[in-house]
Amino acid sequence: MHLKKNIATSESGFIFNPGTGDSYSANPIAAEIIGMLKEGTPVSSIKVHIMATYEVSASQLEKDWDDFSNQLKYANLLDN
Amino acid sequence: MQKLKYESPAIQKMNAGLMNKYGSRTEYEPVKQIDGVAVKDLIAQYGSPLFVISERTIRRTYQNAVRAFKTRYPKVQFAWSYKTNYINAVCKVFHQEGSWAEVVSGFEYRKALGNGVPGNKIIFNGPEKTNEELKLAINNDSLIHIDHFEELYQLIDLSDELGKKPRVAIRVNMDTGIYPMWDRFGFNYENGQAWSAIQKIVASGKLQLTGLHCHIGTFMLSTDAYAIAVKKLGDLAMNAKTQLNTQIQYLDLGGGLPSANTLRGAYLPGSDTIPSVDEFAEAITNALLQLGFSSNELPLLILESGRALIDDAGYLLGSVLANKRLSDGRRATIMDFGVNILFTSFWYEHKISPAQDFTHHTEDMVLYGPLCMNIDVVRQSVNLPLLNRGDQVVVHKVGAYNMTQWMQFIQMRPNVVMIDEKGNTHLIREAETLEYIEQMEKMPDHLQHFSL
Repeated sequence: MHLKKNIATSESGFIFNPGTGDSYSANPIAAEIIGMLKEGTPVSSIKVHIMATYEVSASQLEKDWDDFSNQLKYANLLDN
Repeated sequence: MQKLKYESPAIQKMNAGLMNKYGSRTEYEPVKQIDGVAVKDLIAQYGSPLFVISERTIRRTYQNAVRAFKTRYPKVQFAWSYKTNYINAVCKVFHQEGSWAEVVSGFEYRKALGNGVPGNKIIFNGPEKTNEELKLAINNDSLIHIDHFEELYQLIDLSDELGKKPRVAIRVNMDTGIYPMWDRFGFNYENGQAWSAIQKIVASGKLQLTGLHCHIGTFMLSTDAYAIAVKKLGDLAMNAKTQLNTQIQYLDLGGGLPSANTLRGAYLPGSDTIPSVDEFAEAITNALLQLGFSSNELPLLILESGRALIDDAGYLLGSVLANKRLSDGRRATIMDFGVNILFTSFWYEHKISPAQDFTHHTEDMVLYGPLCMNIDVVRQSVNLPLLNRGDQVVVHKVGAYNMTQWMQFIQMRPNVVMIDEKGNTHLIREAETLEYIEQMEKMPDHLQHFSL
């Protein structure tokens, strides 16, 4: 899963897609994940980090990860 | 190291289009308790979903309505509209407060009697009254509100049979400037039918014409309509006095007062648009005082308000079953309650609050119920924080009609509890069981067995 290279993000969770002109706000955990994706961190490492940092079960994270991937896809933020 | 509180990761598109200048605030406060009782404790003890009735709110709302009318007019009587919520414990709170009973069927009539309401303080409305039901009402000296000429003649026959003179009123329908005009119940004012019914009653010598009744609509947002109704009923009452020498003892303005719920499709929330009970009281009592009756002949004002007195006192607690994404990317949340028990979601955009802490991140979503039916939509679009499976919510203002119009469809009806004024909870209607549902069914012998 790779973010498009031209996507602009900020630590506060602001996301801008210059390709479409759309902007988005991310909640803190989504901002953290997007930041790691932008740095090229592998998905498996991001999940390990989230599990270690937050109170969440593996199954909950798995479900939410799928949903989050879909949100990024709908928002046209991912490289195909 | 202690781990941080988790929230599902989410992004939300920022829209720079035109905004509604009135705004619409997202619910940023969780509702964790009702009358001091924790929502999570209520669900742990009584299950989810769960209806909760606040006795304190019923009494406060009722007393406020009574005050609004009694400070403006000397003779006022409320009659509790059974069809709005006829769980006996709810009815008895109203009766303890001094409310008579207003019923629209033999079933409700017997319920009121069973609750200990004296027969002469039961108002019997509605288009269907069997001979047996009318005989019971006549023998109890109840106030029978006649809906059509068939019933008028039915009552004349019964008065002969019983050798009694029943106390009756006629229901009058009229043009009060409200659309749609409710002309299916009672006798029309404008075409002279109502006056004709009054003349027939008086001429028969078999019935005591005691009152006049109207019920001009439901969820009324205009106070003027009630003033027009009073004027037209007053006109009939004055004519009955001067032309037929018959003193009308009461005018029953029915119900129809709105609650603070938001109607579907409304631009502004209900709490911002509905007139207050004081405004209705002002319009009705002003019109009454201008009818021209002397102070010792002023008719008793009867009100049968239901929704406005009970909606605020009812809550529905529920839990999240699942989340999903629809084909267009919208979030959908499936709750464990649907239109089967929240019938009013067909009419209202119910206010729904999470019952636990959440972060400020919200998302527009569809709220579905648990039924395997496409109609089961609780809210088409609502902005809520991200809810996870098992999270609890509170639906507000559900006290009117849901506990009478609810359906035993696919799921069974849940527990109903009342929180008394001291904060104690009481189970006032048990959740249904399979045995309860099936006890009325009969199985023909030839269908007893099969093999697959």
